[in-house]
Amino acid sequence: MKRLLPGWVQGPQLDVPLLLGLLLLMAFGLFVLYSASGESMDMVYRQGTRLGVGLAAMLVLSQVPPHILRIWTPWLYATGVVMLLATWFVGVGRGADRWLDLGLFRFQPSEIMKLAVPMMMAWYLHPRRLPPEPAVLLVSLVIFAVPAVLIARQPDLGTALLVALSGGFALFLSGLQWRVIFGLAGLAAAAAPALWLVMHEYQRNRVRTFLDPESDPLGSGWNIIQSKIAVGSGGLTGKGWLHGTQSRLEFIPERHTDFILAVLSEELGLIGVIFLFAIYLFIAGRGLYVASMARNTYARLLAGSLSLTFSVYVLVNAGMVSGLLPVVGVPLPLVSYGGTSIVTLLTGFGILMSIYGHRNFIR
Amino acid sequence: MNLRRLTGHAAGLPLKDQILEGRQFGIRALTAFLFILAAIFLLSLRYVYLQLISYEEFTARSINNQVRIVPVPPNRGLIYDRRGRPVAENLPAYRLELVPEKVGDLEQTIAALGRVVDLPDDAYEKFTENRKRYRVFDSVPLKFNLTEKEVARFSVDRHRFNGVEIVPYLARYYPYGELLTHVLGYVGRLDVDDLNRVDEGNYRGTTHIGKSGIERYYENQLHGLNGIEKIETNVQGRKLSVLERKNPVHGDDLILALDVQVQQAAWDALGDRPGAVVAIDPTDGSVLAMVSKPAFDANLFVHGISSEDYRNILNAPGRPLFNRTLLGGYEPGSTLKPFIGLAGLELGVVTAEDRVFSSGQYFLPGVSRPFRDWRRGGHGWVNMQSALEQSVNTYFYQLALDMGIDRMHDYLAQFGFGAETGLDLLGENSGVLPSRDWKRGHYSEPWYPGETIIAGIGQGFNVVTPVQLANAVATLANGGTRFEPRLLYAAKHAGNQQADKIQAPVGLQVPVNSSANWDLIREGMHRVVHGEKGTARAIRPESGYEMAGKSGTSQVAAQAADEDMDETTAAHLRHHALFIAYAPYQNPSIVVAAVVEHGGGGSREAAPVARAVIDAWLSQELAR
Repeated sequence: MKRLLPGWVQGPQLDVPLLLGLLLLMAFGLFVLYSASGESMDMVYRQGTRLGVGLAAMLVLSQVPPHILRIWTPWLYATGVVMLLATWFVGVGRGADRWLDLGLFRFQPSEIMKLAVPMMMAWYLHPRRLPPEPAVLLVSLVIFAVPAVLIARQPDLGTALLVALSGGFALFLSGLQWRVIFGLAGLAAAAAPALWLVMHEYQRNRVRTFLDPESDPLGSGWNIIQSKIAVGSGGLTGKGWLHGTQSRLEFIPERHTDFILAVLSEELGLIGVIFLFAIYLFIAGRGLYVASMARNTYARLLAGSLSLTFSVYVLVNAGMVSGLLPVVGVPLPLVSYGGTSIVTLLTGFGILMSIYGHRNFIR
Repeated sequence: MNLRRLTGHAAGLPLKDQILEGRQFGIRALTAFLFILAAIFLLSLRYVYLQLISYEEFTARSINNQVRIVPVPPNRGLIYDRRGRPVAENLPAYRLELVPEKVGDLEQTIAALGRVVDLPDDAYEKFTENRKRYRVFDSVPLKFNLTEKEVARFSVDRHRFNGVEIVPYLARYYPYGELLTHVLGYVGRLDVDDLNRVDEGNYRGTTHIGKSGIERYYENQLHGLNGIEKIETNVQGRKLSVLERKNPVHGDDLILALDVQVQQAAWDALGDRPGAVVAIDPTDGSVLAMVSKPAFDANLFVHGISSEDYRNILNAPGRPLFNRTLLGGYEPGSTLKPFIGLAGLELGVVTAEDRVFSSGQYFLPGVSRPFRDWRRGGHGWVNMQSALEQSVNTYFYQLALDMGIDRMHDYLAQFGFGAETGLDLLGENSGVLPSRDWKRGHYSEPWYPGETIIAGIGQGFNVVTPVQLANAVATLANGGTRFEPRLLYAAKHAGNQQADKIQAPVGLQVPVNSSANWDLIREGMHRVVHGEKGTARAIRPESGYEMAGKSGTSQVAAQAADEDMDETTAAHLRHHALFIAYAPYQNPSIVVAAVVEHGGGGSREAAPVARAVIDAWLSQELAR
């Protein structure tokens, strides 16, 4: 019956376990947000609306077969790069020219690149023999290095690294030899001092603060210290929902956005943290499973890369909140309050759903 | 072919082995998942470390975060004079405070505030300095004692100044202004140096501290005990609720022995001449008046004196900052004679009847230059009492020579000469009571007999302070009890109904060989005022009481003692006029030492001052 119809008019192509995992995460996230926003139902509604929009985007994307996506890929990537170049000249936004004002709304071209870079990597590697040969590797590096550098210039080091990583993950999943991986990692490590030189002063300060937060407990060290206090004082079971003093008394900076995990840790304790980690682990694992079910290179690499990038968000954010990593502006996926990243992420999951739904079609 | 086109393979590219690739991908995906698993596990360990192992530490820090302990400064004790007149009060006032962490650009904010309230040019620098003793998010005072206009102007502009507030407080006020400045001293802004001499914990929240005078000496009692408020705050330090409160204990109220009316009398009597007056009650060593003139208005210092006002005070003639009663060193001159006379009698060097002939000139064997009497031609035959009455130098030249400088030193030392009196104010000058040892120590020179002779009339190396002189007279008047004089009369502890009387400690009981000797000297001083030839007979009270006194002249310029001073002598070259007195003669309740700088003769210039002080005191005592 199904085979009689073209792929794109199939019934909803949804990976139910993945969808359930996401819904559980979102619900839990809204629950925490209610407390982190200072019991603002208004913010919860707005976040819920965003999630709804994101889910809708996910549903739409899940109906677009991967081969169609693949055709769009170079155009999307090219558009993204052009827009990134445009921010250089006409960018708006406080301190960092990350935003493009398109009259009706503003948006961040770097968000597009979070999807466009893994798509482009998959597109480029799709027809080629894997593991990639040196020339192919070189082109791949250029594919993700160009947008990464453009984003880093904005300056938005966190997103730049994540975008670069998503490209790196595609290479890793393409079966790049371990010695090459280690070689490149070594090169990157050697290039770190050079990175220090091109960093902005506020970025350097973040790194310095990360290395020794107590050196400037009121300035840039404040966030890390207060966040750690919030997490640590949560203990095993937490101070109770709506009862976190660090967050209620506004000691946690950015408590409903980047540091929402600190609120969760304080109020729900280690148990809440482990529960959250478990959901994320399930979603990432399910994403990788979907990737390995896919039948062609494009779908595999894209699904795998998206899943790994998603995991990295979680790791970086949780590392930042607990003082393991420097403060970079990476939200806790689908839990932190904020629009653009939610839509991007859910669009990504829409792609995963599509790949899952179309796994049986050899296209 | 069809397949190729659909999968996007370009012609010429090698064919892919989808099965092999899929397997390879599966391995990589699994590897990646294991990495993530490991990373999440390690991350979880971090949370275990923070939330389980360091739980106690972070819990403590989180409680610390919400709960601030805010000091509640105590009200400073009030100061009254002995008749209950308030001499140091606390008046409600307003000050401007700001929380530096809340205002953004501090320098800009202070500059902007300078256009609303009156701030000195270096307000920012001063504020930054002052801020050091405050903690983060503490509200730091910027300007005290705002005028009503400033309060109004700021209220209008308040919205422009986030983190800046007007705070009511009690400001110190000295209603008598310069009259009591050298006694009370003043409070001023607490600075970092001040913290070294107090318990810092007790001064958190305190903005002012006693800088000099009584305010400084009795700082501990006046300050009181800090209260504490435990409040829950948000990150801005805004008070959300009070969890606990320990009320401050306000400082002790002090009652001074001083009588403002007597003080005023002394002040007025000095007129516009620089000088000093100290009056002591010889029965208990309490200080009844203590005037140093010129003075300055201590109220100027309370709110941070402007550099212009300070310059004016510094450059004013007569050095108003200088407390003459404590620090002024004067040659005692003839005011020392009663004590030397008493030494002679008590040590058996002379008797009351021994007579000396005053020819106007006294020659020391081997010294050609004569030592003179103040009256040309001398006073003729005089004994102890007439020598005192007329202040006959020759008598005391001879007595000093017979006694020797060291015996003189040892006896006079008992009256407190050459040592601090132990008065309850800081920075007393000890003066000089010379001896052979003293001279060797200070000049590495032997003692010369000529120096003994002039020491006999209180000249040469002798230096006394007015308070020292007054205390010595008190000791003489009361028969040998040398108190450590006290300005503080009583202190009322917070919550107590009654004030506790402060007893002046007895520094020394001067041994009395024969009380007749003491009576004799006192009678000599009585004659100074009441005798026919008394040098101060001009101030003899017409009725009511009798008094004793002795004049003295303190040499300023290197002039021989016989050169007469008169109105033609340049003011700054004129001698200082000294007078000591006590009254009533039979049952003394007040002794006075008065110094009029560059006044000339003691009897003429200083004696009326002493008389005015005694009148003021006795009229009140009699009225009681």
